[in-house]
Amino acid sequence: MKKSKFAAMAAALMMLAATFAGCANKAGQSGNSASGNTITIGGNFELSGSAAAYGSAMERGVKLAVKQINQDGGVKVGNKKMKLKLVTKDNKSDNSQAAAIATNLTTQTKASAVIGPITSGAGLAALPNMTKAKVPLITPGGTQDSLTLQKNGKVQPYMFRSCFEDSFQGKALAKYVYNNMKLKNVAILGDKSTDYAQGLIKAFKSEYQGKITTTEYYQAGDKDFQALLTKLKNKKFDALFVPGYYSEAGLIIRQAREMGLNQPIIGADGFADPKLVKIAGKKAATNVYYTTHFDPKAPASSKVDDYLKLYKSTYHEDAATFDALSYDAVYMIKQAIEDEKSTNSVKVADGLAKLKNFKGVTGTITMDKKHNPQKPVIVSKLENGTEAEATAVK
Amino acid sequence: MQILQQLINGLSLGSIYALLALGYTMVYGIIKLINFAHGDVYMLGAFWGYFMINKFHMSFWPALITAMIFCAIAGVIIEFLAYRPLRDSPRIVVLITAIGVSFLLENGMSYLFSSSPRDFPQVMDVQRYHLGSVSISNIQILILLTSIILMILLQLIVKRTRMGKAMRAVSVDPEAAQLIGINVDHTISFTFALGSALAGAAGVMIGLYYNSIDPLMGMTPGIKAFVAAVLGGIGLIPGAALGGFVIGIIETVVQALGFSAFRDAAVYAILIIILIVRPAGILGKTTREKV
Repeated sequence: MKKSKFAAMAAALMMLAATFAGCANKAGQSGNSASGNTITIGGNFELSGSAAAYGSAMERGVKLAVKQINQDGGVKVGNKKMKLKLVTKDNKSDNSQAAAIATNLTTQTKASAVIGPITSGAGLAALPNMTKAKVPLITPGGTQDSLTLQKNGKVQPYMFRSCFEDSFQGKALAKYVYNNMKLKNVAILGDKSTDYAQGLIKAFKSEYQGKITTTEYYQAGDKDFQALLTKLKNKKFDALFVPGYYSEAGLIIRQAREMGLNQPIIGADGFADPKLVKIAGKKAATNVYYTTHFDPKAPASSKVDDYLKLYKSTYHEDAATFDALSYDAVYMIKQAIEDEKSTNSVKVADGLAKLKNFKGVTGTITMDKKHNPQKPVIVSKLENGTEAEATAVK
Repeated sequence: MQILQQLINGLSLGSIYALLALGYTMVYGIIKLINFAHGDVYMLGAFWGYFMINKFHMSFWPALITAMIFCAIAGVIIEFLAYRPLRDSPRIVVLITAIGVSFLLENGMSYLFSSSPRDFPQVMDVQRYHLGSVSISNIQILILLTSIILMILLQLIVKRTRMGKAMRAVSVDPEAAQLIGINVDHTISFTFALGSALAGAAGVMIGLYYNSIDPLMGMTPGIKAFVAAVLGGIGLIPGAALGGFVIGIIETVVQALGFSAFRDAAVYAILIIILIVRPAGILGKTTREKV
């Protein structure tokens, strides 16, 4: 008796599962398309948690772009103008949340494209669900090289970025230090715990022609660098390369300057946050160089001025790197939809892959075969906590 | 000369671990509970200092003292709400509750104040004093001296006052202490207040020293302070102070020798070794468990 009941239930369950599987298959073949007159874009944002500073910048940039596009009439699909609709969710800077939200945005919200997460780790976590649903993901800040590549070296069909990748900026930094600053000895103090820093160290070492005197490591979350810096003080080096994020880099800059280490400190886009100067202190944040994707001082395109004004009038603060990259990401999706004359997510991915000479606020972008945008790297210099100069490095 | 400099670095780092370890060890001594929420009380102290200085423009000392009072109250409330109802439960239940309280504080603060790091207001200008090739900053001296003064005060409270006597009595045998008229609940509350006040002081000093605070700042120092308490002999107040300084110096030495990537591994390896070789800690006496 019991057994037959169980069997009946199992059969019912299997039928249910089959129905769902049927649905999933159908969606899988075609991806998501817009219904009615609005194109839905998903936002998988880090609005709280450790990457919240980047995530909220991303939200501001994306919202601004969507508003601007709708004000200008919307996206031209064939001969029809369609409005954009943005659905955002907070992934709490958590990888499993990011993956769950990717599923939610693709299957429930039926987004044609998704922007975010902004970090490489969360991007990797979200990607399988995006690929399953055949919806493209643009990350404005996921700079890890392997992010857009499958294990076998082929490109990930649904992963794109609006920023350049780690090896690109690591190599650009190495060139800048050797060619522009003419420094021949570099010490490295890097974050042991993130792929981001590991990638930067590798790229820097492969490109730098001078001597790397020493390489020391710290962990993300560390607050005390006195021991490491005391050790470095007795070594000879012309510049200190700190591949890592602003929260630790700010402390390193502060403690190094307190200790009397006055050599240039160089870093990558992890430095690009106003908190860096706040943590380091204005006086200490001197002779600090970092690569960035966007800089008002070295405008990479004619669109920058308008963007800066628009951003300032909307949010009453100055635009920065990650909002600009996110702003570009929305316009890249618009461009892809208009090029392909379709709101279907598979077509949008095709359009993004074929993007050429796209004029964004962070420069003129051409997608390469690995879905990495080709554009100039900008190196900014801080003096007394404010930006003194910026140079574009090709 | 680098050795001396590293020793100073290690001492100032170690004094913070010592202050935290004292809280662990006192609570363990009295109710045999490893209070994993202790590191988060230290975070609360740092945030209190941050808001007092920013909003009420307090100078350093009032901020430090109010943070100690605030943390003492927070510690008593945590004990009252989370641990007291479990007084007669198995120890593992209380331990898991402590982990829960820790998560509640970390994530509650992240929710309320966002988890991005904040810059702690600089109420004191940094000055460095140079003695030959060794240099020490006024804040390092401040941390060292304040920690040592607080530890001496604590020792006086425990050894010389009635409440201290009650604390020692309860830690030896709570039932017998109750029989001779000691209010066990009050004594336990007092212990939490003392330990939490020290953690609050450490929080404000660390905020000033590193200029960066965030809701998860208590996690790693909390665990390292726990290692320090075990290393010195958990339950023993001088042991915690000693353990804190030893851990601080070991961390610094490991980095100075060029094994910066293995710094945390070294600290936890010490925990394992101590637990195998000398479970009672450096200052602990091995006592037989009464059956």
